Parts: sequence; structure tokens; C-alpha cells
Amino acid sequence: MDYMGKKKKWLLSGVALLISAFHLIPFYILITTALKERGDFSSKWVFPKVLAFENFAEAWETASLGHALSNTSIITFVSALLLIIFGSMAAYPLARRQTKLNKFVFMIFIAVMVIPPLTALVPLYKLVVDIGMMNTLEIAILNNVASFLPLTIFLYSGFIRSTIPKELEEAAKMDGASTLGIFFRIVFPLLKPVTASILIISCVFIWNDYQFAIFFLQAEEVKTSTVALAGFFGENANRMNLVAAAAIMAVLPMVILFLLLQKHFVKGLASGSVKG
Amino acid sequence: MIGVETRSKSMAGSSVEVERNRKRRKESSLWWMYLPALAAVCFFILYPFLNGIKISFTNWNGFSQTYDYVGFSQYTRMLKDPNTWLVVKNTLLYGVGSTVLQNVIGLGYALLLNQKIHMRNFTRTIVYLPVIISPLIMGYIFYFFFAYQGGALNDLLVFFGWDKINALGDPKINIWLIVFVNTFQFVGIAMIIYLAGLQSISKDYYEAAQIDGASSFQQFKNITLPMLMPSITINMVINIIGGLKLFDVIISLTGGGPGYASQSMSTFMYDLYFNRQDAGYAATQGVFMAIIILILSLAALVYFKRKEIEA
Repeated sequence: MDYMGKKKKWLLSGVALLISAFHLIPFYILITTALKERGDFSSKWVFPKVLAFENFAEAWETASLGHALSNTSIITFVSALLLIIFGSMAAYPLARRQTKLNKFVFMIFIAVMVIPPLTALVPLYKLVVDIGMMNTLEIAILNNVASFLPLTIFLYSGFIRSTIPKELEEAAKMDGASTLGIFFRIVFPLLKPVTASILIISCVFIWNDYQFAIFFLQAEEVKTSTVALAGFFGENANRMNLVAAAAIMAVLPMVILFLLLQKHFVKGLASGSVKG
Repeated sequence: MIGVETRSKSMAGSSVEVERNRKRRKESSLWWMYLPALAAVCFFILYPFLNGIKISFTNWNGFSQTYDYVGFSQYTRMLKDPNTWLVVKNTLLYGVGSTVLQNVIGLGYALLLNQKIHMRNFTRTIVYLPVIISPLIMGYIFYFFFAYQGGALNDLLVFFGWDKINALGDPKINIWLIVFVNTFQFVGIAMIIYLAGLQSISKDYYEAAQIDGASSFQQFKNITLPMLMPSITINMVINIIGGLKLFDVIISLTGGGPGYASQSMSTFMYDLYFNRQDAGYAATQGVFMAIIILILSLAALVYFKRKEIEA
């Protein structure tokens, strides 16, 4: 492949350019739609002459996107934090102590990974109603944490087993450190690469979550950005400009983060795609 | 899976290790460290899942305090319900259709973008970008494209003097659009996994083949493809599970319509529970869906693992 001819190289580069252009089309249409004035029914392919930035302001207000995005941020941030603390803590004994009990518990976590969350929707909904947690951010956090814990534990325990030397912990133990002390002061800092992956996987999926949110967060004050957008679309189907503007604002934070931390995103999501 | 093999290695070996193992056996399980995680998973996943099996044998409507056990009647109803088979057919189309497309296109992109060409990193970024966008919003983005009234596709058709098409409202077209949008969104994952696979193949194989005078197609068929089998397995399993669970895109693109025409098992279950107060039946569909996903993903896993060994 190093001996590729100049002609062939340019030809293949042209193909890559076409692929990029093809994949950018929907985003181009999204942007032109969002920037057209109300009553401008010109073709979506034509970039608007007058840029209607007021669409963004109106969509932000009427869809109460600010509030929705702050709900989404809280849910994402707290869930990720809990996942990392409780997931890594759970993975440690499962990776290090091969007792019968631990092998069995590890099997439970793996088995749960296979259950598609939505198939248990009906009973889960009943459970949430019964414990009186409908329309609370807490239930969204707990659901998301529970559904990502098995993957988190799987990734952490694999990493602890294969890369963290036992000698470090044994030395600390002789110095009389407590188990939690050893874990959080010695083992946890060494888990940085896998923690980064888990942070990215959980943030992307929880930020974008709609399946849990639509069931458990229907009240105005707890709506997340996806639920707000779905509702906004239902009410404004004839005003595409506003919906497009809202869609852009809802995806922008994650897109910016992705462009800044691209390498980490790609690596992290690849290890998490086991869950799909 | 990963890491399982490494565990057994330390068990054998020198007497020092045997001694250490004995010591370890006496050590506690440290169960309190995983207790919170285990409790959360049992309470929010395992218990609802098992409870769902119970509800599938009732006629519960979703809100009243009482219900009756009706034996297998929800299951026989399910098997006789033509909508069941319609949504199963759609779900399989979404699962298998997106799997095939994502793998073929993803592999094509990976082969192209593994070469030293211009625009390489830019193209990778653009193809991958939709992966991080909410599938619901991705559906809306494509709604602007395909909408009958004021959609970009129809703007184009009108420009060329052709008739507008109602792509999202026509059940013959819209189920394929759903496959297309899902593929468009997640082909980046397949591409990245194939790129990693391609980069792990040693160049020596190709050099040897070139000396033997193998054509590039022969090299692809006899070196690249067999060496990529592990990547193919991962991609197949991920994509089939993702495709079978499809929900968000359908909601935003077609709402499952017209009628039930583009519903998947997920959206059908949602509809039964929230719009038709048919919780017992919805739970039955949930159990059925879990079984189908389990069987198909295991089948894919076993089939491709076997291929890996043959290759």
C-alpha cells in the first residue's frame, strides 16, 4: 500500500471526500432548516439569505431547553460518578478474591448484561410507581446506574485482573492499610484508562437516553433534553425551523466534547459497544 | 470473557503460589464492597425482569390493584395476533438489515480509510460523529430530510420536476428508511472496529502473497477476511442486539405508523402498555422479545466464533 500510485491516491481521496459529503448532508439540511425565517418555504438545500438566529432564542424559550439540559446534565454527571465509585469498588473483590460466592456474584452481573432493559419495562414501571419515585431525577439516576453497572464491573474487573500488579496491594497491606484505603489510594488511581472509557460510555448513553426518560420523567420540571425535544416536536411539527434549532442546541454539548476528546471517545465507545 | 483466561494461570505453578493461594482462600470475599452494586442491579433489573415473567401470566391492565392469573392465554393470544408477527418481521428486518449494511459498508469504509490518502482523519471523524448523537434526535434530523411537507428530499424531487413522495408514510418505504437511518448512525462503530482489526494484521502476510503473485482480490479473500473474523464476530453481535432493540429512531421517524406498519417489538410493547392499558400482554411481548434477542445474539456469537476457529 506504500507504493500506491499518485493517480490512485487522488482517486481514493476523492471517494473519501464524497463519503464525507454524503455523511454531512443531513447536518447541512438541519442547519439550513434551523436558520430559515418563519414562512420561508424555499428549498432546504438553499442556504437562507437572511439568517434567522431568533429561531434559536425562541426554541430555547418555548421548549424550556435550558431547564431540560440542566436536568440531563445532573442525571448524567451524578450517574457517572456513582457508576465509577460503586462499579470500581464492586469490581475489586470480584477480580481479586476468587471465592465461590464471588464467582457466583460475578456470574449474576454478566447474566444481567444480557437482559435487554426494555423487556422488563412493565414491571419496572410498576415498581417505580409503587415506591413513589415517578418523575424524580433520582429514579432516572438509579435506573441508569443499575443498567450500566454490569458493564462497568465487567470492564473494571478485567482491567484489574490483567494490569494491576498484586504486589502493590500486598505491600500496603503489610504496612497496615485498610482494604478501602488500599483500594482508593493505591488501586483506583491506576484504573485511570478504564475509568476514562467508562466515563465516556456512560456519559454518551445516559446523555442521549430516551427510553428510560420517556417512561419515568414526564412531568415538566424533570424533563430531560430528549423528552423535551420529543414533546416540542409533537407541538410544533409544522414549525420545522424551531425543532431543528432545538435539535442543534440539544446535541451541541456532546458534539463539542466529542470533537475535543475524539481519540478517547472512539476508544472508550469501542470497549463499551459490547452493550450496544 | 476478557480476563477469564488470565485467572487460571496463577493457580498452577510453584509451591510459593500454592501457599499464597491457600492464604487467599482464607481471606474474606469482601462482599460488602459489591453489596451496593448488587443491590441496585437486583432491585432495578433482576427483580423487574422476573416479575415481568409473572405479569405475563396475568390480565393486569397496568394501573388497577387487582388482576387475575390467566395461565398461558396471553401467550396463545400473542401467537395468534397478526400484529405480533408483523412487529417480529419488522424487528428482524431492523436487526438483520442494519447488521448486514453496517458490516458491509463499515468494512468498505475501513478498507478505504486504512490507506494513506488525503482527508483520511476528517472522513473518519464525520462518519463516526452520529454515534454520539441521540438516536431520537438523529431520527428528527432525518425527518427534516424525508418529510412529505417541506422535506429536503421532496424539495429536490420538485426541483427536478418529479412527483413528491410520502417516504415516511409509505410502509413499503419507511421500514427501509429506518434501517437506513440506524445504519447511517452506527456504521462508524463497525468502521472503527474493522480499522483496528486491519491494523493488527501483519504486513508480512501481504508481502509473502505478493511474492507468490496473488491478486489483490485473492489477498483480500485469503488474508484480510480470515484475519478479520474476530472483528466480524464483535460487529455482528453488537449490531444485531442494537438493531433488535430499536426504539428511539422509530418513534421520531415514523411513530411506528402508519398503524402498526413500522413498529418494532419495543415500540409495540410501549404502545400496548401506555396506549392500550394491556400491561399483562405487554409483559408477554417483553418476555418474547428477550427470548428472541437472546437466541439470535447467541446464535450469531456461536456461528461466528466457529468461523473464527475454522479460519
